[in-house]
Amino acid sequence: MTKQIHLAAHFPGVNNTTVWSDPQAGSHIEFSSFVHLAQTAERAKFDFFFLAEGLRLREQGGQIYDLDVVGRPDTFTVLAALAAVTDRLGLAGTINSTFNEPYEVARQFASLDHLSNGRAAWNVVTSWDAFTGENFRRGGFLAQEDRYSRAESFLRTAWKLFDTGVGTFEHRDRHFDISGTFGVPRSPQGRPVILQAGDSEEGREFAAATADAIFSRYATLEEGQRFYRDVKGRLARYGRSPEQLKILPAATFVLGDTDADAQEKAAVVRRQQVSGATAIRFLEQVWNRDLSSYDPDGPLPEVEPLVGENTIARGRASVRMFKDPAATVREWREKAAAKNLSIRDLVIDVSARQTFTGSAASVAAQIDDLVQQDAADGFILVPHVTPGGLDEFADTVVPLLQERGVFRTDYTGPTLRDHLGVR
Amino acid sequence: MVAPLHLAVALPVTGELTARYWAGLVREAEDAKLDFVTFDDALGGAPGLDAVLIAARVAPLTSRIGLLPTAVVTHTEPFHVSKAVATLDHVSGGRGGVLLDVAPDPVHAGHFGRRDVGTADELWEEAADYAEVLRRLWDSWEDDAEIRDVATGRFIDREKLHHIDFEGRWFSVRGPSITPRPPQGHPPVAATEPGFADIVFSDNASASDRLVYRDVDATVTPDELLHWQEEGFAGFRLHGDLHTVTRELVPRLRERGVFRTEYEHTTLRGHLGLARPENRYAAGSAQ
Repeated sequence: MTKQIHLAAHFPGVNNTTVWSDPQAGSHIEFSSFVHLAQTAERAKFDFFFLAEGLRLREQGGQIYDLDVVGRPDTFTVLAALAAVTDRLGLAGTINSTFNEPYEVARQFASLDHLSNGRAAWNVVTSWDAFTGENFRRGGFLAQEDRYSRAESFLRTAWKLFDTGVGTFEHRDRHFDISGTFGVPRSPQGRPVILQAGDSEEGREFAAATADAIFSRYATLEEGQRFYRDVKGRLARYGRSPEQLKILPAATFVLGDTDADAQEKAAVVRRQQVSGATAIRFLEQVWNRDLSSYDPDGPLPEVEPLVGENTIARGRASVRMFKDPAATVREWREKAAAKNLSIRDLVIDVSARQTFTGSAASVAAQIDDLVQQDAADGFILVPHVTPGGLDEFADTVVPLLQERGVFRTDYTGPTLRDHLGVR
Repeated sequence: MVAPLHLAVALPVTGELTARYWAGLVREAEDAKLDFVTFDDALGGAPGLDAVLIAARVAPLTSRIGLLPTAVVTHTEPFHVSKAVATLDHVSGGRGGVLLDVAPDPVHAGHFGRRDVGTADELWEEAADYAEVLRRLWDSWEDDAEIRDVATGRFIDREKLHHIDFEGRWFSVRGPSITPRPPQGHPPVAATEPGFADIVFSDNASASDRLVYRDVDATVTPDELLHWQEEGFAGFRLHGDLHTVTRELVPRLRERGVFRTEYEHTTLRGHLGLARPENRYAAGSAQ
């Protein structure tokens, strides 16, 4: 049986995937940019619009990181406003379970679900750092091992409130001791769609127990299939069937008239994404030291990385990917020597590249193949230009997916749960 | 020459759940050219929706009227509310504001389970700190912080983003905000207590040297409003039946030439006659 593909549109984020230097790049904060991307996604019959969030501006070397887009709106406020200019598109927002309280967040999501007629989704994220905590009453930080425990308790408390609607509730556990009256009547979806992005063992288990969709990082065939099998295999012990949890990897794309044209464009985009200055700062995150005196067009630094707690980059999730910096540095030096790469060339080579590059027909085929071979149930597409970066995909790739009979030509129900086929 | 009257309406908490209901009310108030609407809210469990979300939901459906949702200081984070009101200002094109309130009821505190509420005086002292943090966070980005300098690869001039380093009795906030400075600079802050608000709701015209609005019922007469205006009230917030305001009171005021027939400004600060504030962190700022 042919699987139906699910697609979502990620508003371009505050990282170097987003190319702000492109002449086509617009505002990252004016509402018109959000409207443009959301209406493009709805025109293309996407499942949902997705907004990320980080609650402290990133810093590197003790200063605010200035090379990427900086600045975001408040999640609930912009999603509620988007509900006014869209009718069917799901509205997904990232809300942190460490720096919020369940009563308030449950009220906000239930309100969003009412005000959008059943289109709300919550990407539940956890935080680990005292750095972000400096912006909040609770301050401090949560021990690494308590992150998921608090997140799960937070989510189950919120569910209790959603299910209560108007009436009294009581919830007591290690993290929350609350009781009283909830005041938002049951919303159209009952509970908002739950998304998660955790990748650790704990994160996967949490998702298997609670999520309707996972925002994963594995968009290639083998890695995708491995993750898909792993997570779907965990569902049975929670009495859930495989189709109740959708796997949606993040994916970037570059389209061209031909595959060769797209490859050329992608190379240009990669150089836009990795400026010389960005390349140096990227190395600093691995070396964990100031490398500002190095020439990005010259060879890799001869100094060794500082091993231990990463102190140079703060408020950034990606530094956790370099668990063994010394090994990473060795590997990169070998690669740079073998291919005669400068710092900038090396960073372009080793940092994330476009998931899909090709003509519209090739990209449609790649997406369909990955979904039919159970590497994914669909993708969360991350355009690299705001706000028009999804336009071409909507105009050229989506019709081909529809011709293949694997993507809806119209919405069949009013709620996001209807679009995703999750109950 | 009589100074122009300033009118607002209070929209009470109701069990109404649809965007259509709320948009209908706010559009009616906008058609009558009122300065702003306030959206009541509390974290007490009365049936109703979150006020900030309602305001955001109607913002794209209106174009001139100011939108002041209530935010409860006692149980919320100034960092979250600051960016929410800044974003309301962005999505409404400069029509956002906030009505700060406190929650002395210990039953409401049980919904959060993380503090014992103090006295009303203490809660209002905390609200003053909270308003200070909101404004510092709105100033934590200078207006021209985003530079997009392709030559140096810098998106922002980080010298124009500022830690706010607020440390008070109830909370400390480091900043800067994650949201750029709102279009109005500082969306107006309202409260029933004087001291920190741009708009003070009070029966005493000299309660504050800021804008004092008197709360009155929609059945008030034009003569009463003009009398109170002479006493020094900057404006009036009307409670009760909205149709009575828009179909009876406003036409009668217009017959006497004391209420506008068209908006003269596009922002809430403009309606209120408030200049856009300087940024306290900007070089050369007087603050």
